[in-house]
Amino acid sequence: MSEAHAEAAVHAHAAPTGFIRKYIFSLDHKVIGIQYYFLALVAVFVGMFLSLLMRIHLVWPTAHLPLVGEIKPETYLTLLTMHGTIMVFFVLTTAPQSGFGNYVLPIQIGAPDMAFPVLNMLSFWTTFLSFVIMLAAFFVEGGAPLHGWTGYAPLSAIPSAGPGQTLGADLWIISIAVFCAASLMGALNFITTTLDLRARGMSLMRLPLTCWSWFITAILGLLAFGVLAAAGILLLLDRNVGTSFFVPGGLVMTGIPVKHQGGSPLLWQHLFWFFGHPEVYIAILPGMGVASQILSTFSRKPIFGYRAMVYAMLSIGLLGFVVWGHHMFMSGMSPYSAFAFSVMTMAIGVPSAIKTFNWLGTIWRGRVRFYTPMLFAIGFVSLFVSGGLSGPFLAQPQLDINLHDTYFVVAHFHLIMGVAAIFGIFAGTYYWFPKMFGRMMNERLGQAHFWLTFIGTYAIFMPMHYLGIAGHPRRYSQLTEIKFLEPLMSLQEFITIAALITIGAQIIFVINLFWSMFKGPKASVNPWEATTLEWTVPSPPPHDNFGGRVPVVRHGPYEYAVPGATRDFVMQDEEQPVQMHS
Amino acid sequence: MATLAHPVTVEEREPRVAGGPPASPPQQGDRGGSRGPGFTPADRLRRYRIGLAVGLTPVLMLFVSFTSAYIVRQGLSDDWRSIALPPILWMNTVILLVSSFTAEKARRTAVRDEGPGGLWLGITLILGLGFLAGQWIAWKQLAAQGIFIASNPSSSFFYLLTASHGLHLLGGVLALGYAAAASRLHRPPETRRIVVDIAAWYWHFMDLLWLYILALLFLAQ
Repeated sequence: MSEAHAEAAVHAHAAPTGFIRKYIFSLDHKVIGIQYYFLALVAVFVGMFLSLLMRIHLVWPTAHLPLVGEIKPETYLTLLTMHGTIMVFFVLTTAPQSGFGNYVLPIQIGAPDMAFPVLNMLSFWTTFLSFVIMLAAFFVEGGAPLHGWTGYAPLSAIPSAGPGQTLGADLWIISIAVFCAASLMGALNFITTTLDLRARGMSLMRLPLTCWSWFITAILGLLAFGVLAAAGILLLLDRNVGTSFFVPGGLVMTGIPVKHQGGSPLLWQHLFWFFGHPEVYIAILPGMGVASQILSTFSRKPIFGYRAMVYAMLSIGLLGFVVWGHHMFMSGMSPYSAFAFSVMTMAIGVPSAIKTFNWLGTIWRGRVRFYTPMLFAIGFVSLFVSGGLSGPFLAQPQLDINLHDTYFVVAHFHLIMGVAAIFGIFAGTYYWFPKMFGRMMNERLGQAHFWLTFIGTYAIFMPMHYLGIAGHPRRYSQLTEIKFLEPLMSLQEFITIAALITIGAQIIFVINLFWSMFKGPKASVNPWEATTLEWTVPSPPPHDNFGGRVPVVRHGPYEYAVPGATRDFVMQDEEQPVQMHS
Repeated sequence: MATLAHPVTVEEREPRVAGGPPASPPQQGDRGGSRGPGFTPADRLRRYRIGLAVGLTPVLMLFVSFTSAYIVRQGLSDDWRSIALPPILWMNTVILLVSSFTAEKARRTAVRDEGPGGLWLGITLILGLGFLAGQWIAWKQLAAQGIFIASNPSSSFFYLLTASHGLHLLGGVLALGYAAAASRLHRPPETRRIVVDIAAWYWHFMDLLWLYILALLFLAQ
């Protein structure tokens, strides 16, 4: 690592000239942010395609599908595993944090670049490598693994456990370990940059809430990914060297006794979920930051309770590390530990409610401008509430034991961690696109995209709550021909059709994205009349962000409707727009 | 959407402030963004030190995870048979402690700009390689007794912990080697100073980490 640091030593790196230095192996945080964004865009389409195959198979099990043919139960589990893994790691972790964070954070704090540009480039290419390894698992003998995105042992620890559990599972683990390394490099850079590269006057309590969310997310990543890496190393050793960390004795796999003895499958679950629960917040926190930024800007009001928002995010991050056991109520843990985990889990409701209250307080009596970024930010809040409210149900061990293996859980985590975070990404895209590409996106297409996605999302995931309560089990490849599930199969069909339409609606977004990139109307410096520093520089910003200027910050981040100013907003670096009482 | 770039007229009213202290020019001396992003050698050294402190956190978490696995695996099972630690580990420990001392000498020489400090750097490098060789011998001794990584959970953890630590230390050796070769590679002296400083701090951390691992292995016997 030290070599990388040393390479990055000459900080004010000159603007590159060649194509490769400019767009491929670029040191510029803006190019790297866009690289991350497009990596996530490719990944999200792969992940969506896999989910579509699953949905179609669930309701029309005999249908022949493109690329996969008829889906066998083990193929279904493969789709399930790869959908979850690709979405969680390469979309929800990559786009909001590494994508937007890389692009926007340095400009918002008034820095010319990240603290360690070479490390930054390295972390993107490591992520890329990890993605390639993950996709390679599809093409090796036996195909991709089927142990789920949680990789529960002993299924994941024994190569003879299934067709994808040989080389495919090894590639899966290696890919995750490489991803850990990449994320840790990224987190290191984010934290150092936020601590050490802020412009003069940019005190912590003047940071835009987006920067706070990226900073806290980076801290979570820093503490969580090392644990996942450790678990991955132990799992690799169990699989390939013959150790018994996770594999218990007396196991018989496909008729053959397994040689391992004495290992603990629960140990894997503890290590995994110690990472896995903070990972949920790694996905959602940047969305909270983006939503706060956009709600304030488009309501033309200061954010309601700035400090409360910061402390709420900090406490969500902190509590996120002591609740991993609520994923394991089914493991037969002691009721006393389950109770402790349950109480702490429900405590997260408090800071979450504070955030929701403050978002609503921000919009309340604002002069709201309903542009697409604002719609998606409101959609984020809506999904955060809908998905969050099923949390307290699942946080109770007694209820969770009934609901855990049903569609209720699928509905819960897709709403809050999946789609809410995706809405955060969309909001960020529509909001920062003018800055990133110097052109405006089409507003009418954006609105159509929002309404179709918003209604479609609810049509997909709301009915899943009922399915879950009615007993539809998750992870099953086939639900037809089971007597007691039949009455609600029409609801499953409805969900599949809603999914087809919603995924189809994303074509509108892709068309808008690429058309606007080349043909959209030119964006001005500050099209949304926002106050943070990225709106003081040209769209797109020059190589060193501020064109040689050294910004000095004089105001908080959300100075809208300031009495006394003729304009209804005050830029963070504006010089004494309003005189103080003497 | 139109851009608004009108000048703001000024009235004598106190601004309403959303989050944060009232508008005031930043004061010299108060920390937290008041300094601005600096790029002097001192700024860069500080930045790399922050980076190192942050970067060591996941290393710590890795070994914390291994430790919890160690405790759980030992406590849950009845197949744990402790291995006798090879005596050469004690010599290795002494070598590593001495190397931390020489690394500190090299660091202080470099940071205070009292000369190249190449001698101390060289000694640290040799001692570091000596430690790694000693660990290799310890493995060979265990293997000669028929104790391999998969023999028993205690040997699994012995190999896992020593190898993970060894690999991390190897990173430190490479960094020191880079520092020693920095002038030949035409790196500016400032860069060399930073690399020596960061590598030395990293080296101390690896030293402490080794003492911790040794205690862990020893106490479980």
